[in-house]
Amino acid sequence: MPGKPSGLTLTERILSRAAGREVRAGELIEVPVDLILANDITGPVAFKEFGRLGGVPVADPDRVVLVADHFVPNKDIASAELAKSLREFAAAHGIDKCYDPGRGGIEHALLPEAGLVGPGQVIIGGDSHTCTYGALGAFATGVGSTDVAAAMATGLAWFKVPETLRVTLTGQTGPWVGAKDLALAVLARLGVERANYMAVEYDGESIAALSVEGRLTLCNLGIEMGAKNAIVAPDAKTVEYVAERARVNGRGAGATGVGTGAGAPTTGGLRADGLRADGLRADPDAVYAGSVAIDASTIEPMVALPHLPSNGRAAAKAGDVPIDQVVIGSCTNGRLEDLREAARVLRGRRVHPRVRCLIIPATQEVYLRAAREGLLEAFVEAGAAVSAPTCGPCLGGHMGVLASGERCVATTNRNFVGRMGHPSSEVYLAGPAVAAASAVAGRVADPREVVA
Amino acid sequence: MSAKQASKQALTGTGAAGTGPLLEGRTWRYGDNVDTDVIIPARYLNSIDPAELGRHCLEDLDPGFAAAVRPGDIIVAGRNFGCGSSREHAPLAIKAAGVGVVIAASFARIFFRNAVNIGLPIVESPEAAAAIHGGRRVSVDLTGGLIRDLGSAETWTVRPLPPFVLRIVQSGGLINLIKERHTDRA
Repeated sequence: MPGKPSGLTLTERILSRAAGREVRAGELIEVPVDLILANDITGPVAFKEFGRLGGVPVADPDRVVLVADHFVPNKDIASAELAKSLREFAAAHGIDKCYDPGRGGIEHALLPEAGLVGPGQVIIGGDSHTCTYGALGAFATGVGSTDVAAAMATGLAWFKVPETLRVTLTGQTGPWVGAKDLALAVLARLGVERANYMAVEYDGESIAALSVEGRLTLCNLGIEMGAKNAIVAPDAKTVEYVAERARVNGRGAGATGVGTGAGAPTTGGLRADGLRADGLRADPDAVYAGSVAIDASTIEPMVALPHLPSNGRAAAKAGDVPIDQVVIGSCTNGRLEDLREAARVLRGRRVHPRVRCLIIPATQEVYLRAAREGLLEAFVEAGAAVSAPTCGPCLGGHMGVLASGERCVATTNRNFVGRMGHPSSEVYLAGPAVAAASAVAGRVADPREVVA
Repeated sequence: MSAKQASKQALTGTGAAGTGPLLEGRTWRYGDNVDTDVIIPARYLNSIDPAELGRHCLEDLDPGFAAAVRPGDIIVAGRNFGCGSSREHAPLAIKAAGVGVVIAASFARIFFRNAVNIGLPIVESPEAAAAIHGGRRVSVDLTGGLIRDLGSAETWTVRPLPPFVLRIVQSGGLINLIKERHTDRA
């Protein structure tokens, strides 16, 4: 090819920095990772594989984060053993960042909040929703337990540099339309494998207008399109968020008074400072595998019908779908803004007598702030049950498992067959406003039907 | 173990099928988007014992599968096989159930990576995945890159793995490859 080589996508740029040379889509690289995450389901398998390496040390314990969140508070003896193995592995290998109930929460809400994630980092996690961290301009991707074990031993991970799908969202969003509605609309447009093996780079004025929390929700659902990672170029909001989280956590106990870990995570993870955000954007002449533009002003409050996240449609057009349960929480929608949105609907109203409404703040800090703002009070007065941070019901683990034939509107991320319980149960995915409105109406509902 | 022996083990999927590098078995056919929740439901993820996971393999999609599957059997599926969670328990359950190889039109990314890392043979062929019925005898030659329906004698070529990925497979998984590297350095 004659002339100057074409530019880089944002993901290519981050991976080029990590590789120490310019790399492009299709190249196989082995690069140092800034952060390695595992939880109470994927950690124990990783520890077993790590053990097969024959007594090697963890290359950099400061870069490893272990979070017990899926089956906690422990649901049975077997899962208690899994959580115990996290603590034992952390103690044996000098890993400070090991989070238990009372000091942690759901991993993908917790790590950004704890100031461990920043622009330009390379992050792998033994959890598919690790792609969430792209919201802060990191390259972050879900892997299996063996990859986690290998990275713990070597400090490295191998990747094929992904092609990038550019998704541009323009226009001002309507009332009650949040990041989850945007994500479900993108999924409905692109399907569950359109981005398989690819990076999804979000841009456009609707993305710029989103808060960092909203971007975390949006990037969280990248995996549901098959994406290797989802990413938003860091901007002033990103830098401000990262600086604030570093400041809060640098003080140890934090501004909210909530401890953030076994050892205050002032080191590790966020070696990435704001500086790494400089120049972290795609070149104007970057080469994309595809570009999709969506007018966000036309997007309505959404719901994704069973059994694929791509089965999205306007909640108002879902028909008469009576429901038994609502879950508001998860790594997708368990942050403070999500709870505020739910409270806007539930405050002064009552959960429908047929419906069990479960609300799960994603972290201890979210829980405390929601308490101080009076959100939890509004939920309890509305007849909702508020529980400790856990992934539990999202994956049919515990604390909200569905019986045969039951229907649930959930702010979670998957509505596969049997995802939340019995194989004949059904999950309808939605944002917090639609979920809360549905809890009041006793059926899938648009918030505008419930809130005059 | 020599690299060659490791390679043979990887290619035969633990060697349980006893078929050598040429895998042969009876097919089980499924559709598109077979997700990790139906491959191994989360209610069983409180165990990391592959045998226990294998007993519940595909339970929410085909409740009879785990009891009826025989060593060396082959799963044939449509697009996006293994989508969803990063749980390595999914390929572990399939491998422990005795499945020799999975043929699919395409694989979800994390599942593909996990299968490679644990040494579960997988092959991508949209054409074979579309043509092969359930209950057929099929052979898969991983080294030669060929799928054959032993009933109809139809054959399909398999997309080759990238060299680096092939090295992982030939080492018998990622952990073995790292051990080899350590040995090389010592």
